[in-house]
Amino acid sequence: MIEQVAEPLQQSGFAKVVLELEVNNHPGVMSHICNLFARRAFNVEGILCMPLSDPRRSRIWLLVFEDQRLEQMVLQVEKLVDVLSVRRHGAEHEVFERLEKFFY
Amino acid sequence: MIQMTGAELILRLLERQGIRTVAGIPGGAILPLYDALSNSKLIRHVLARHEQGAGFIAQGMARVSGRPEVCFASSGPGATNLVTAIADAHLDSIPMVAITGQVPLSMIGTDAFQEADIYGMTVPVTKHNFLVRSAAELLEVIPDAFRLAMSGRPGPVLIDIPKDVQTQVVSFDAFPLPAIPDAAPASDPDAIEEAARLINAAERPVLYVGGGVIHSGAAQQIVMLAERAGLPTTMTLMALGVMPIDHPLSLGMLGMHGARYTNFILEESDLLICVGARFDDRAIGKAAQFCPRAKIVHIDIDPSELHKIRNAHVAINGDVGVVLDALLPRVNIRLRKRWLSHVGSLKSRFPLHMPRLEDPRSPYGLVQAVACAVSDEAVVTTDVGQHQMWVAQAYPFRRPRQWLTSGGFGTMGFGLPVAVGAALAAPARTVICFTGDGSFKMNIQELATLAEEGLNVKIVLMNNNSLGLVYQQQSLFYGKRVFASKYQGAPDFLKIAGGFGIDGVDLDTARNPRAALAQALNAPGPCLIHASIDREEFVYPMVPPGGANTEMIGG
Repeated sequence: MIEQVAEPLQQSGFAKVVLELEVNNHPGVMSHICNLFARRAFNVEGILCMPLSDPRRSRIWLLVFEDQRLEQMVLQVEKLVDVLSVRRHGAEHEVFERLEKFFY
Repeated sequence: MIQMTGAELILRLLERQGIRTVAGIPGGAILPLYDALSNSKLIRHVLARHEQGAGFIAQGMARVSGRPEVCFASSGPGATNLVTAIADAHLDSIPMVAITGQVPLSMIGTDAFQEADIYGMTVPVTKHNFLVRSAAELLEVIPDAFRLAMSGRPGPVLIDIPKDVQTQVVSFDAFPLPAIPDAAPASDPDAIEEAARLINAAERPVLYVGGGVIHSGAAQQIVMLAERAGLPTTMTLMALGVMPIDHPLSLGMLGMHGARYTNFILEESDLLICVGARFDDRAIGKAAQFCPRAKIVHIDIDPSELHKIRNAHVAINGDVGVVLDALLPRVNIRLRKRWLSHVGSLKSRFPLHMPRLEDPRSPYGLVQAVACAVSDEAVVTTDVGQHQMWVAQAYPFRRPRQWLTSGGFGTMGFGLPVAVGAALAAPARTVICFTGDGSFKMNIQELATLAEEGLNVKIVLMNNNSLGLVYQQQSLFYGKRVFASKYQGAPDFLKIAGGFGIDGVDLDTARNPRAALAQALNAPGPCLIHASIDREEFVYPMVPPGGANTEMIGG
């Protein structure tokens, strides 16, 4: 979905941010979230989603660059009906670091 | 235990929600719902002639009533035809619930006949959307859709319902309660205090109000605030009618086609109080050069609007009516003689020029003559283009919901079906639809719906046989290279209306156009009023696209 954006804005050089979303777990939730980032040409570097112990809920981790649009982006994500909460973490959060061994 | 099919359940839930009129077009995948609708004693169906028309009829009802209204369409092309009307509602924050039929669950994703992923397609143009997977889900989804459509910043919600979900039998104990809007967010009292302090301290404040004031029903509080604090008040296209145009504090509309004085006054302001508006580019021009010396107070129910285009010094998230109620007693009574006399002098030095106002065959003269022939109780809709701007500039709007126009999306073809919807929602009012020949042709099929319903809609067609605003832009900004904006053929619109069974009046040939107009406007039932307009009549003043608001040309 993200790959459809032809020319993502030049973002290297920005700090990375980890977003932790708690969402309702049903088909379509990922589509709402990914669509929001894609149509604003805001690249998502990493994405991870698993259901929580309460199967009606999922947690989504997003790795994004901190550019000047991030503030507005987060406000838009918070407006999505299926997004229950958004928390911001710094790049030092280990969720994606630990995943890296599956990629390299 | 109550038992019924999904289709019957949808109908009962709509009835319980207070829905009394639904616009739509049936088709294969929504026939179970239409079968149930045929048995409803409470809900009347209005058969549109194109699904976009149905969507705009629902919008017209919603724009007049202020509450969510409903349209139906079948799967595939029926559903995709709705998309423009949904996107239009999204940009103007109009509450609406669109219900589409879908192919049976087991056939989704198989490229079945008339299958379209309308759920996926409407993600970016709805507040929220649903694909219903069982009849039992309807018990939650239908009330949720209404709650979302009318809570906070209103907007459209789409519910896609597969055919087998409509026929599935569901058992349940009790109907859910009809939806009510969520409570508005609590506003920060310190921010309200700070806003009052800024208003009390300002020397050259301007109040800038948007469509959010109409959605919130806060027009009265706006006038009270303006009068109390001595605030000259400008309205966006969406907010026309919030303050009567003849109110001494009214500055009329700002922006691309606002009067020169309005944009000049904004330029000089030291405090901009933005209420329920969103700093749209057509209203503010080049963002960085809009009100360059002003501090900004921004009040909006949608937190993502605050600081979006311009950083606000004081940002208040909340329902504008509630915030204004809290703000009013904290604001000092000020006469502001110096600022208001300066405003008055700018107003008289740079007024809105409306040439040939006394000639009912000229653009401004026609708008004025229509306004003179009807009362403030009339509802005015427009299409999109030059005629829309002439009406916005010249029609004396004096009450909220008097004026229905496609602001954010700018959809040509909006005027006629919205007028039909407005007349359905307010049958006692005369509804005037100003249109141009380009726009009129985009939903002209709804003349059939209008004739069938016999509604009190008067279409005022300003015919310059061209896409006038395109022609104007090519003439002004593209070296007069006029291309694809002048029509070669010239349809006889009076004959077309006659073919649909609608009477017409031609002001071109009328011996006394003013009298012919008044007579047509005051006769009951639908009517087409035709007036030829010179193609060289342009809308002035005009801020060149991308320019600052003070760089107006003409006017």
